[in-house]
Amino acid sequence: MTEHAHHAHAPAPLGGKLITPVTLCLGALTLAAAVVGVIRFIFGLGAVTNLNDGYPFGLWIVYDVVIGSAFACGGYTMALLVYIFNKGEYHPLVRPALLASVFGYTLAAVSVIFDLGRYWNAWHIFWPGYSNVNSVLFEVATCISLYIMVMWIEFSPAFLDKIAVGFLKKIVPDIKRIVAKLMFLFIALGVLLPSMHQSSLGSMLIIFGNQLHPLWQSGFMLPLEFLLTAVLLGFAVVVFEATLVSMGFKRPRETDLLARLAKFMWGLLLVYLVLRIGELVLRGALPHAFQATLEAFWFWVEMLCFIVPLIMLAKPASRNNAGKLFGAAVLLMLGGFMLRINGFLVGYETGDGWHYFPSLSEFIVTVGLIAFEVLAYIILVKLLPVLPALKPASR
Amino acid sequence: MENPERLQRIKKRIEGVSAMDRRNFFKASLAGSAALAAGAASCPAAARESHTISPDALGLLYDSTLCIGCKACVAACKESNEMPPEFQANTEQPYWDMPLDISGKTLTVIKVYRHGTMDKKDEEQNGYAFIKKSCMHCVDPSCVSACPVSAMNKDPKTGVVSYSKEACIGCRYCVAACPFGVPRFTYDQTFPQISKCQLCKHRWKDGKYSACAEVCPTGATLYGKVTDLKQEAARRRALKPGSQTSFPRGQLGGPDQSYPGVVAKYVDHLYGEKEFGGTQMVMLSGVPFDKLGYLDLPPRSDAVVTETLQHTLYSGLVMPLVFLGVLGYAAKRNLKQYEEEKGGSHD
Ligand code: SF4
Ligand code: SF4
Ligand code: SF4
Repeated sequence: MTEHAHHAHAPAPLGGKLITPVTLCLGALTLAAAVVGVIRFIFGLGAVTNLNDGYPFGLWIVYDVVIGSAFACGGYTMALLVYIFNKGEYHPLVRPALLASVFGYTLAAVSVIFDLGRYWNAWHIFWPGYSNVNSVLFEVATCISLYIMVMWIEFSPAFLDKIAVGFLKKIVPDIKRIVAKLMFLFIALGVLLPSMHQSSLGSMLIIFGNQLHPLWQSGFMLPLEFLLTAVLLGFAVVVFEATLVSMGFKRPRETDLLARLAKFMWGLLLVYLVLRIGELVLRGALPHAFQATLEAFWFWVEMLCFIVPLIMLAKPASRNNAGKLFGAAVLLMLGGFMLRINGFLVGYETGDGWHYFPSLSEFIVTVGLIAFEVLAYIILVKLLPVLPALKPASR
Repeated sequence: MENPERLQRIKKRIEGVSAMDRRNFFKASLAGSAALAAGAASCPAAARESHTISPDALGLLYDSTLCIGCKACVAACKESNEMPPEFQANTEQPYWDMPLDISGKTLTVIKVYRHGTMDKKDEEQNGYAFIKKSCMHCVDPSCVSACPVSAMNKDPKTGVVSYSKEACIGCRYCVAACPFGVPRFTYDQTFPQISKCQLCKHRWKDGKYSACAEVCPTGATLYGKVTDLKQEAARRRALKPGSQTSFPRGQLGGPDQSYPGVVAKYVDHLYGEKEFGGTQMVMLSGVPFDKLGYLDLPPRSDAVVTETLQHTLYSGLVMPLVFLGVLGYAAKRNLKQYEEEKGGSHD
């Protein structure tokens, strides 16, 4: 982000009280997750999770990492739109989206530590001699880590002033200048890296082979499906967050901007659905969707979450309807959620007699992480220049 | 042992999955690459060949028709790998080691297939049969391909797939990836690890071989070079059911411990010869393998599919760098334009 000191929509801190009933609640949920975390690290994964050898990946990997990172694609999608496809009018949406992304991703990375059995070895992933470049998981982990670094650098102009102390204060302007100069590179990386790991999260499923139900085992199409839905989720999340922020902080809605955004979202959604269904038809897997199975049921839940928004937003007028737009965004987020849950859990079956449903403790950690993310977002937009300042006229 | 409905379901899945023929596979990979490379012309074709078996590969031949279900192998495996016992609290004998399946504590088990009256051994109808479960030591293993930190390794000479606790991060991707459900994880430990059969390679330095084969009283589990084991399997399959022959025990090519026995009626299938790109544990049986929990698997390992994709997209980082160049150019141009607009409207 370059400095927009003179720009009409220059970001500014919101100010206001930090301790409110909402932030207190979020804090309590975060604390509960921390308690479960302590138990997990002392007594092991089995003490708090329902993980087993038939379902070695559970809620923490699938929600916190696979889905969490996809929900954090707002920054990626907006950067793509504004800086690559040259849609400058969406500039005001970039910085808030980026803040949500940097948090979503950082938390996804942190939550991995909860899940890794031998977390103290985690650095091996990046260590030559240990790294296995053939592993999709290696690629995912490396790309996500790099992306988190890139985002923090991109975001640094917004917080460097606040955190620099002593002599560091003197070099802040230099750092800002360097970051501004190389911003094009960080932006390019900020688009490249998510493209790589969001698609690879889909590639991770290829090696499951026959263990994955044909409704999801689409082989080489998996990375494309995951990538397209990640971008879609990026749009949906931006709409979702912008609506909530304007409601929560009583700011005017950016409906006009969001409506135009919805046009891109709609087009992409159409492309995705054509590819997804076309692939199923070509591979002859579609009949599986019409069998009386649990998999078929969840497949339709997933598909409806994509198809309904396509219908809802078909008419330009409905994109201007804030309620409809919000509803469509929520459905799309659900659809992306379901695709990932289905691919990693519902459609996965490794043998007879294995069951998995997340334990209460697993939910507590996941909810706690989300609570922490929202809490951090609220605190930061109050303290840091993230949201566009309001012109007096629009109050 | 396996419920037929599920097998039916899995069979259907396999049909659905392998119906992805070459044509679709290329179409899909083209579409995928196109999206990722944003039209980059340089697409290195790096389709990865299936790995082939080493001539010195070591393995096991398990002959279900010779197995008497004594589980001497299970006990010997525990002892020589220093694995803890597994108790079943809800049985009459809760103080015995009684693993029901391989697990974080158990590297091999013998399971039993039962049907109807269970009168005859090695018969599908009204019969029963035993089956061994342990690592197959795949020729092109998914676990090795999946592991991000090379904690799963396949020895280029012996082909033994081994695990390094020191390297492992405990992500359990190998557990999820293995088509045979072999690697298991010790979820109940503070400092957990993966458990899997490593063909007892730790015993080699004492001149010993796989404990399960060493103790097997009937030679149902036989250790040796895979080429020899396959030859032995072919010999047995060629014999007339009911005729007399000699069955080797322990190590094929080691000291002669053979004994005379009667040839059983085999199903026409050496499991592991083709499945999933081949495995170094191969099996003979009188009952179809899908009844014994060994599914029909495609002849190509999923590791090949995955790595073909990864190599196509990322080999030499050519595509990512081209893509980065395109993105960087666009970002630079657009940033400059925004700067100018901003300057123009305010200065
Ligand atoms: S059976 Fe599973 S654990 Fe054993 S080598 Fe094959 S993929 Fe790896
Ligand atoms: S659990 Fe360990 S051995 Fe298995 S894939 Fe992860 S790091 Fe590799
Ligand atoms: S080879 Fe060794 S570790 Fe593997 S099943 Fe036999 S006894 Fe157990």
